[in-house]
Amino acid sequence: MEKLVNDFSFGLFIWQIVLFLLLLFLLRKFAWKPILNAVEEREDGIKKALASAEDAKKEMQNVTADSEKLLKEARAEREAMMKEAREIKEKMIADSKEQAKVEGDKMIKQAQATIESEKKAAVAELKSQVAELSVSIAEKVIKEELSGKDKQLKLVEKMLDDIKLN
Amino acid sequence: MHRFLGNDILSNRPMTYTTKLICIVLLFVGNFALAKNDAQHSEAPKKDKKTEIKEYIEHHLQDSHDFSLFSSTDENGEVHHYGFPLPVILWDNGIKVFSSSKFHHGEELAEVDGNYYKLHHSKIYKTDASGTLNYDDSHGEHPTNVRPLDFSITKSVVMMLVTGLLLVWLFSSLARSYAKNGSVPKGIGRFFEPIVLYIRDDIAIANIGEKKYKKYMPFLLTVFFFIWFLNMFGLTPLGVNVTGNIAVTTALAVLVFLLTNFTGTKDYWKHIFDPLGDGMPWYGKMIIYIILVPIEILGLFIKPFALLIRLYANMTAGHVVLMSLIGLIFIFKSWVGGPLSFGLSFAISMIELLVALLQAYIFTMLAALYFGFASEEHDHDDEAELAHL
Amino acid sequence: MEIPSVIGAGLAVIGAGIGIGMIGGKAMEAIARQPEAYGKIQTAMLIAAALIEGIGFAAIFAG
Repeated sequence: MEKLVNDFSFGLFIWQIVLFLLLLFLLRKFAWKPILNAVEEREDGIKKALASAEDAKKEMQNVTADSEKLLKEARAEREAMMKEAREIKEKMIADSKEQAKVEGDKMIKQAQATIESEKKAAVAELKSQVAELSVSIAEKVIKEELSGKDKQLKLVEKMLDDIKLN
Repeated sequence: MHRFLGNDILSNRPMTYTTKLICIVLLFVGNFALAKNDAQHSEAPKKDKKTEIKEYIEHHLQDSHDFSLFSSTDENGEVHHYGFPLPVILWDNGIKVFSSSKFHHGEELAEVDGNYYKLHHSKIYKTDASGTLNYDDSHGEHPTNVRPLDFSITKSVVMMLVTGLLLVWLFSSLARSYAKNGSVPKGIGRFFEPIVLYIRDDIAIANIGEKKYKKYMPFLLTVFFFIWFLNMFGLTPLGVNVTGNIAVTTALAVLVFLLTNFTGTKDYWKHIFDPLGDGMPWYGKMIIYIILVPIEILGLFIKPFALLIRLYANMTAGHVVLMSLIGLIFIFKSWVGGPLSFGLSFAISMIELLVALLQAYIFTMLAALYFGFASEEHDHDDEAELAHL
Repeated sequence: MEIPSVIGAGLAVIGAGIGIGMIGGKAMEAIARQPEAYGKIQTAMLIAAALIEGIGFAAIFAG
């Protein structure tokens, strides 16, 4: 301890304090402040850049999500449209089928009616022809039958017999 | 540059501080001047050699009044000093300024304005015309002569100036390079910037806290680089020992002490004078405080004192060990001892490189820790708990 | 017989050396256990070592 006190130089102590304070002042003004500010600025810049990159990434994700959503919607729409078209087509086919059937039925009915009426007409004509024919036949037969007086009497007699029976 | 006839190098007069540099110069340049000197005095007893080296180291550890780079002894035993004198500034009933060359390395009296001054063991004493020194004890170590206040530009002051200029030049150019290159350091700045950031993030912010560290940053950075650079200069063959000087470390510690206590918050002072707070009634606290408060107040002074002793002792010890090992070469003078002590001193030099950085780091770290205590504001986190250690 | 103060100083330095050694060893164990707390352990270790070192120096100068 005695050695320490003995070694202590007051002059050097004062020099050191003065020089150190001067150095502190100079470095603070010309070195530390600019350096620390620059470094801080740089760090802030980096932080900001990172933040904006993060934002951009999020934006990007949003955009991707949006486009995906749009795509999905478009796809769904297309699907719906296709389905609708198919339905319309099927409906149309079904409708036309129905119509055709109805038409056909109608035509068939008409045809049947026509046939029926034709038939009726034919049958009527046939009937009338048959009646005429049979009348003429009968005329001829009767002409023949009743050509002699014997034959006429015989018939009358026969007929009278039938009536008696009744 | 000046030369003069040297006395016998083994005489009892104080060794010129430059002689120790011969060893270093010898080590690196391979000059055999001292070896020749050894040959001349080979009949001298071995104890003298040891005393010589011991005095030599003691001399090196002290500040000196002129800046000599090295000295050598020629065939005739003449010692040549290579270096330059520095101004001596004394306060002895008025300022006295003269060149240290007047002392002729401590061999002659310097006569200024009718007063006589003698340089003895790197200290200036006022003497009579014949230069007698009076001693009060038998050891003859400390003369009782009057010592005028010595504000000389000594070797240490020169080195501090050089270091200061170097620091200002280095870091102001680094600061300018930021402005030029858009916040990106260039060249040597790439080496220093991480250190600056380390001090900010791991010393200042870690110990003081995010809120208040900015105020202390200039001091911490300056003190770190100042100590580190001077420690490194101490390892060069310039032979300076600035941070191993008690006055220098005291000045640094005093600044730390003042800064700590002038920026102390209310909580900091409360911690010293009323550490228990409202946890106890006043009559209970009184008894404890009779013991506790003096200890806390003592702690205020012990903290910076430990700081100054640590730096001083580490650097001094490093220089002593290194120079003793180099000195061993001249004691052994053998094929085994030479390389062995060379290897050892080389290894110690490597360790000293680390110590130079480590001591600067520890000083800065502890200063930051004390600033942290001073600026703490009632958030008793881990750092604050350390205060109780 | 008076014991030279240098011996006392030496003893004190031995004690300080053991102390710092223990701190270093324990710190390494702690770091091995919790490598993520490396920074904090290192800081605490250096502070403790520095405090003990101070005692060592005090002994040297007293001796």
